[in-house]
Amino acid sequence: MVQLTLPKNSKMTEGKVWPKPAGATKLKEYRIYRWDPEDDSNPRIDTYFVDLDDCGPMVLDGLIWIKNKIDPTLTFRRSCREGICGSCAMNIDGMNTLACTKGMDEVKGAVKIYPLPHMAVVKDLVPDLTTFYAQHRSIEPWLHTSTPAPETEWKQSREDREKLDGLYECILCACCTTSCPSYWWNGDRYLGPATLLQAYRWLIDSRDEATGDRLDNLEDPFRLYRCHTIMNCAQTCPKGLNPAKAIAEIKKMMVERRV
Amino acid sequence: MARFSSMRTPLAKVRGLGSAREGTEHFWRQRLTAVSNLFLTTFFVGLVLALQTGTYADVLATLGNPLVAILLIGMMISVSIHMRIGMQVIIEDYVHEEGWKVVALGANTFFTAFIAIASVFALLKIAFGA
Repeated sequence: MVQLTLPKNSKMTEGKVWPKPAGATKLKEYRIYRWDPEDDSNPRIDTYFVDLDDCGPMVLDGLIWIKNKIDPTLTFRRSCREGICGSCAMNIDGMNTLACTKGMDEVKGAVKIYPLPHMAVVKDLVPDLTTFYAQHRSIEPWLHTSTPAPETEWKQSREDREKLDGLYECILCACCTTSCPSYWWNGDRYLGPATLLQAYRWLIDSRDEATGDRLDNLEDPFRLYRCHTIMNCAQTCPKGLNPAKAIAEIKKMMVERRV
Repeated sequence: MARFSSMRTPLAKVRGLGSAREGTEHFWRQRLTAVSNLFLTTFFVGLVLALQTGTYADVLATLGNPLVAILLIGMMISVSIHMRIGMQVIIEDYVHEEGWKVVALGANTFFTAFIAIASVFALLKIAFGA
């Protein structure tokens, strides 16, 4: 059955409260999930204070400031710091989002940060995304054609290209997938919103010649139909995309090809 | 997924036993019965309200009317189908142990089939005046 409470070794404890930086006048409190696979202790919540006069405005700036100035053991992923790589996806103030595009001033009170929900934790704020990436790989996210490749490029009308808007922008940060209760309960078989949005991106690409095969691959009570239109995905997407709509469009295509 | 050992690659685990190539019929039927339920249960509620002040004989006479009986039988079948496929989704969502899942899915089918058959039988009995 579905598990509604945390297992014993996942229950969180109160961690260390790190000293406030000396001489700082404007402070922002950070409460951060910490877990180290190399010791046997339970996860803990550490408290830090960031000097706002010495730090950039985003939540990620605060994390980097903490790592550089207070606690170098704090572990998290980050790369582009401008919302395009998807590395710094985490649960901030109760919502999955990118630390680099979330302003500290958007959070009232302490900035509470946890790893993306319901994924195995590698360390601190780093979730294990192995299955997530394998799911993306399973929909074969590249152009499938049988017609011999043209000498120049596969042509596409402006109208057909516009159909990819709202889909190609997905950065695979996993915010949507890890916000989905259906994915929490059946993440081993349900592909999840990010992968299905990517699947739809290839289903409606006018240049692709494998639409039927792609639909065959998705037509499954678990892979596709675990989506119950909960809409957390659309609410949380830091890029403002709507995976729920993409999934609904796939379901429409499934009906369309049989009626 | 206990079925697959941890030595398998992540892609092999995700692909699992492959696509079942079904689910659309279930999805479509759920929506069709939702629409039919909307009309048929509205009719049923209206009927119950209208019969509130009637006598036992009035109720028997009304249920004996062919159009009323047909609509009520339609409602019983439509609601039972909707109930079965709705409960099936809940079982698939939350029951993860394979053995229990098969038992629950089977019990769900038998239960809803029994409800539908018993309801239709009761109504036919009244309609044909036994």
